[in-house]
Amino acid sequence: MNQVNSFRTGPDENGHFGIFGGRYVAETLMPLILAVEKAYNEAKADPSFQRDFDYYSKHYVGRPSPLYFAEGLTRYFGGAKLYLKRDELNHTGAHKINNTLGQILLARRMGKKRIIAETGAGQHGVATATVCALFKMECVVYMGATDIERQAPNVFRMKMLGAKVVPVTAGNGTLKDAMNEALREWVARVEDTFYIIGTAAGPHPYPAMVRDFQSVIGEEAKEQILEAEGRLPDTLVACIGGGSNAMGLFHPFLDDKLEIIGVEAGGHGLDGDEHCASLTGGKPGVLHGNRTYLLQDDDGQILEGHSISAGLDYPGIGPEHSWLHEIGRVNYVYVTDNEALDAFQLCCREEGIIPALEPSHALAHVAKIAPSLPADHIIIMNMCGRGDKDIFSVGRALGINMNEF
Amino acid sequence: MSRIEKRFAALKAEGRKALVTFVTAGDPTPEVSAQILAHLPKAGADVIELGMPFSDPMADGPAIQLSSQRALGHGMTLQKTLDMVTEFRKQDDETPIVLMGYYNPIYIYGPERFIEAALAAGVDGLIVVDLPPEEDQEFCVPAVAAGLNFIRLTTPTTNDQRLPAVVKNTSGFVYFVSIAGITGTASADANVVQGHIERIRRATELPIAVGFGIKTPEDAAKFASISDGAVVGSAIVSTIAQHLDDDGKPDAALVPEVLNFVQSLAQGVRSAS
Repeated sequence: MNQVNSFRTGPDENGHFGIFGGRYVAETLMPLILAVEKAYNEAKADPSFQRDFDYYSKHYVGRPSPLYFAEGLTRYFGGAKLYLKRDELNHTGAHKINNTLGQILLARRMGKKRIIAETGAGQHGVATATVCALFKMECVVYMGATDIERQAPNVFRMKMLGAKVVPVTAGNGTLKDAMNEALREWVARVEDTFYIIGTAAGPHPYPAMVRDFQSVIGEEAKEQILEAEGRLPDTLVACIGGGSNAMGLFHPFLDDKLEIIGVEAGGHGLDGDEHCASLTGGKPGVLHGNRTYLLQDDDGQILEGHSISAGLDYPGIGPEHSWLHEIGRVNYVYVTDNEALDAFQLCCREEGIIPALEPSHALAHVAKIAPSLPADHIIIMNMCGRGDKDIFSVGRALGINMNEF
Repeated sequence: MSRIEKRFAALKAEGRKALVTFVTAGDPTPEVSAQILAHLPKAGADVIELGMPFSDPMADGPAIQLSSQRALGHGMTLQKTLDMVTEFRKQDDETPIVLMGYYNPIYIYGPERFIEAALAAGVDGLIVVDLPPEEDQEFCVPAVAAGLNFIRLTTPTTNDQRLPAVVKNTSGFVYFVSIAGITGTASADANVVQGHIERIRRATELPIAVGFGIKTPEDAAKFASISDGAVVGSAIVSTIAQHLDDDGKPDAALVPEVLNFVQSLAQGVRSAS
């Protein structure tokens, strides 16, 4: 079990964070999941694995990403001092590649020849296709048919990078259906295939493994803020779909004395079903290999959810977040589509940074709290992705016809 | 002895193999599904697996995915599935019923409450696809203690090292998944399956039924002859799908055709020795 004097020791040996997490998969996958866990534990203990990860992080991904004092936004809010962790400057434009890099190094170690992945917005798919091209591995990405239509530029990127993109028509053709299909494919190709899961969810050891690879964000941020300010921040803010960028920022700070806030996608608000706020609007259940908070009906059927941000459009959340929510270490809130859209435009205007719609959610919450905080209050927000992929969605939402320029 | 144990013992005494049929509860509609269920024993089903529909059936191929969607589209719920069993038991107290599905609906229903309700309805066994032995404590152990059989899937990837743990809390019969894959897709090589069956026999004395990818009476005969029974699901469910119009309305031939198909499967299995 987790020791009470630290929030960073989870999961236990069976992958549980409190009652959350675990390994809820079909028997066909169990031996493979156990093999991934064993290989990951060995890799963690092997300095050469960390060395490879650090090497490619630095020379290929472009780490460390800057911790930038956001002068414009700080002035605009007129309260707390805001720093942005610039993970949108990574190669491929988001934090996703931290994880795909770590997992493909593990897949190579295990002698796998073929990679599969699920993707919603296409960011994880692109990050997976990228490292597959780098390491010459066959790559198949499962993507909901609806998402393929919404995210054509990312589909094109994946294809240019040599990946095969398989449209998933089952269900509503979105991220959860893509994940179902990737799991089905994995069951059928267990011998040669490694499944790179894109967020800190799924069966153990994935939530812990993805968190570990993403923790480079928080470790860097900690060092950088100490250098810039000589002390730790007062507040951390990050957006949450499955929650990998947030876990990456939060985890190295969990035992420090500061406030941590996770921002879920509130869609059209929590009154109906048109949101993706699993923690604030869902309840615990079992899906995709783990027990966690899920959007579901009274019969335990999983709901689709909605968010303007395709990257947050997932009815579940990583199990460690569910645990941090229940024990109260992290405060989870939500912002709506419209609030995120306002924050998106604010960031463009005040900082000259076009943010992805995902971190626009985090910024929308910062906009709510920063103005009333004192000038010596330090906030670090994870700018986990750039907004180039979202310009069409934002244009549509703002009623701008790009054919009329 | 549970109905499952009695049935396999009786079949053994008769020197024949079991036909295990799968249909999804509520597919294509709750009414038609209840009719099919009521007539399955007469058509030759020795054991009935009744699918508990779920929105995200991760181990199932397209045929069973769609059957789940049809059932849910007609308002099927876990409670209604249990009610179907209660109705069935009013006229048949012998044919074993195994509920098969995924854990989340059970978890939301409440594991303890579900065990009580399943026993009261006349359910004999459970297959919960996404509950491996590693997660036995919460549901499998109390279900077995309450008198339900817990039928575990064993697969080609279940190695000898793991097999004892997999069969440990298994009762009723062992379900051997003949392929590494999802339901209703590829068919297995009988010689390979035979090797696995021998392996499992060394780990357990329970009867072994083979499923996944068995589509025809000939397949059923072939796999029943090297085990204690054949499970057919997707092929039956596909027969249901073939008798639906574009709006999903069943035609008059649906129930008789499904039962004819089950009869032909039963003949196949009965020809196996």
